[in-house]
Amino acid sequence: MPLKTIDDFSIKQLHILDENGKVDPDLEPDLSEDDLKKLFQAMTLSRMADARMLNLQRQGRLGTIPVNKGQEAAFCAPILALKETDWFVGSYRELGARLMRGETLENSLLLFNGWEEGSVNENNDRTLPISIVLASQLPHAVGLAYASRYKEEKDTVVLAMFGDGATSEGDFHEALNFAAVLNAPVIFLCQNNQYAISTPLKIQTKSRTIAQKAIAYGIPGIQVDGNDALSVYQAVKEAVDRARADEGPTLIEAVTFRMLMHTTADDPTRYRSDDEVTAWEAKDPLVRFKAYLMKKGIWDEDLQKQLEKDCKAQIDAAVQAFESREPFAPDVPFDHVFGTKEDVIEAQRARFLARLGKEKEHGQN
Amino acid sequence: MAKINMVTSLNTALHDIMASDDTVLVMGEDVGVNGGVFRVTDGLYEKFGRKRVLDTPIAESAILGAAIGMAMAGLKPVVEMQFSGFSYLMMHQLEGNASRMRTRSRGQFTVPLVVRMPYGGGVRALEHHSESKEVYWAHTPGVKVVIPSSPANAGPLLTAAIQDPDPVVFMEPKRSYRSFKETVDKEKNTFAIGKAHVKETGKDITIISWGAMMRDTIKAVEAVKSKTGFQPEIIDLLTISPMDVDTIVASVKKTGRCVVVQEAQQSFGPASEIIAVINDQALMYLEAPVRRVTMYDVVMPLFAREQLYMPKVSDIDQAITETLNF
Ligand SMILES: Cc1ncc(C[n+]2csc(CCOP(=O)(O)OP(=O)(O)O)c2C)c(N)n1
Repeated sequence: MPLKTIDDFSIKQLHILDENGKVDPDLEPDLSEDDLKKLFQAMTLSRMADARMLNLQRQGRLGTIPVNKGQEAAFCAPILALKETDWFVGSYRELGARLMRGETLENSLLLFNGWEEGSVNENNDRTLPISIVLASQLPHAVGLAYASRYKEEKDTVVLAMFGDGATSEGDFHEALNFAAVLNAPVIFLCQNNQYAISTPLKIQTKSRTIAQKAIAYGIPGIQVDGNDALSVYQAVKEAVDRARADEGPTLIEAVTFRMLMHTTADDPTRYRSDDEVTAWEAKDPLVRFKAYLMKKGIWDEDLQKQLEKDCKAQIDAAVQAFESREPFAPDVPFDHVFGTKEDVIEAQRARFLARLGKEKEHGQN
Repeated sequence: MAKINMVTSLNTALHDIMASDDTVLVMGEDVGVNGGVFRVTDGLYEKFGRKRVLDTPIAESAILGAAIGMAMAGLKPVVEMQFSGFSYLMMHQLEGNASRMRTRSRGQFTVPLVVRMPYGGGVRALEHHSESKEVYWAHTPGVKVVIPSSPANAGPLLTAAIQDPDPVVFMEPKRSYRSFKETVDKEKNTFAIGKAHVKETGKDITIISWGAMMRDTIKAVEAVKSKTGFQPEIIDLLTISPMDVDTIVASVKKTGRCVVVQEAQQSFGPASEIIAVINDQALMYLEAPVRRVTMYDVVMPLFAREQLYMPKVSDIDQAITETLNF
C-alpha cells in the first residue's frame, strides 16, 4: 500500500505592527484608546524600572537581578487580555507583567534585596510568586485551571509564562500534555528571547518554531512577533476567549530578544556579538508602539514627557520607600515552615532569638 | 608552586584528565562556550571541541539519563548541574538508575560518572541557589558523595571521582570557589574518595566539618586556641558517603570530645549520622555529649537573613568551649 498522509500541519505567524509602527488595518485589534495608553504606560514603566534596578544593582544597593529590557511587549500585552480574577503564573523575567498584576515595585526591590516579604502581591491573590526552577510552574497552571472548573468558576483562565530554554524541560511537555488531555483553560506563553543564558535556541531545540510543539499535544499553537504588542495581545486574546469557552489550552510563542545580560552575574560578551544585539535594537517594542500611538493621533511628545516624569516619580518613591523601610523581624522564617505550631521548630526559634539577644548585648550585628 | 583558587584547581584537573583520558567528556547547561556560570569548565570547549564538551538543552533529567547511558557504554561523563538547587530534576535518574544499575545487573553494568554541582550559602543569591542538601544523595546506597573544602583537595578529589568506578555526586562549596588560594601538589596527592583528612592532630577534642564550613571551623578553633591553648584534632570529612568511620572513631576514642559543624539544616543531616557512628563505636570513651553546630530547620532564607541563620564562627567557638568545659 502507498504511504498515506493522515494529517497535515502548519504553523502560522502573526505580525500586526511593523518595525515603524505601521499597522495592518485588517488585523488591528479592537482596543480602546484607554487600553492602548494603559499598555504603553505599563511597558514604559517596566523599561524605566528595569533600568533603575540595574543601576541600583551596579551600585551594590540590590542583589542579583534578571534584566527585562526588550521583552516589554511580550510580557505586558498578555496581561491586558486578563481579568483580575484570572490566574497569572510567571517565571522571573516579566517585571512589567507583575506590576500590571498589582505587584508593587517596592516589593520587587525587597525581593531582589533578599527579603521573601517582597514575594507577596498585596493587590492580587491570583498571581503566583516568581518561579526560578524552570518550567516547574507550568504544571501548577494546569492544576489551577482544573480547579477553577472544578469549583465551577466558568470564566477563569490561567496565563503561564516561561522562556525558550524552559521548553527543554520535561515539566513543559508534561504540562502541555496534561492541559490538553484535561482540556484545561491555560494559555502557555513562551517568551522566546533567543537565549538561555549563553545557550542559543538552536542548541535548545531542532524545531523550527516553539509554537509547533503544540501540534504534538493536539492543541493550537501560534508564533507571534513578540516585539509587537498588538500581535501579542491579539494572539493571547483569542486564546483566552477559547479557554473561557472551554475550548482548551493554547501555546503561544512570542519571538523577542533579551537585549542585556541574563542576570547581573552574566557576561554576554562571552557568547554573542554586538552586531546581533544591534540588529534587534531596530525592533524595539516601545519605539514601535509609540509610533503607532502617534500615527493614531492619541500620543504626542508632551504626553511622552509627562509619562516619563510620572514613571520616574513612581520609581523614585518606590526606591525611597524600599530604602527607608525598617527591616522585617529576623525570626519570620520560623513562622512559615509549617501551618501548624511544631515544638521542634519553636524550640529552635527560641534558641535563635536567645542567640540574637546575646549578640546584641555584645554589640555584634 | 603557584597558589590557585578552587575554580582553577577544578578547571586544571578537568584539563589534565581530558588530555590524558579520551573517554572523559563534560556536559551540562552553559558549560561549553560560556565555560560554566562559575567558569569551572573554562577553556575546555576551545581545547577539546563540541564532541567532548557538550552544551546541552536545559533538561537535567535527560542530562543525567544520557550520562548514565554513556557511562554504561564505557565513557566517563562529568556532568554539571548549574546549581544544586536544580539537581532534583534528575533525582529519579540518580536514585532510580545510576545508584542501582550495579546491583540490578549484578555488576554487568556500571555507571562511573560524576555529577558536579555548586552548593551552599553565603553568596547573596536568589532562591534555590544557597542550599546544602548533601544528605539527599548520601541517603542513596550506590552513590558516593564528595565535598572538597579547598583548592588543595578540590582538583585531586575531582580527578579521583572521575576515576572512581561508581556514580559520584561532587558538591562544590561555591562560597569557597574564589575566596582563598593554595598550592596544589599533584605529585604528592594523598586525597582519596572515602578518606577523611586529618588536618591537625591533637588530644583534647575532635572537630569535624566539611565544605565551606571548614574555613569557619578553623577560624573558630584558632580563636579558642588563643584563649585556652587546647589541642584540637581537626577532621575534614571530604567524603560524606561512604563515610570514613575509622578515622572518626579513632579520633574520638583518643580525645573523648567532639563537635560537628554542618552548614545544612539540623535534622537528619550528616552530623546526625556522625553522632550515631560515635554512639555505636566510641560511646564509652566520651567525656562530653557530642555537639553539632548547624543551620535551623527552616527553608533557607534569602540573603537579607541568611547570615543570621547559617552557622557562625561564634557558634562554633561556643560549642567547642562548652564541650571542652563540660
Ligand atoms: C530547572 C532549572 N535548571 C537550571 C536553571 C538555571 N537557569 C536559570 S535561568 C536559565 C536559562 C533559562 O532560559 P530561558 O528559559 O530561555 O529563559 P530566560 O532566562 O532567557 O528568560 C538557567 C539554565 C534553573 N533556574 N532551573
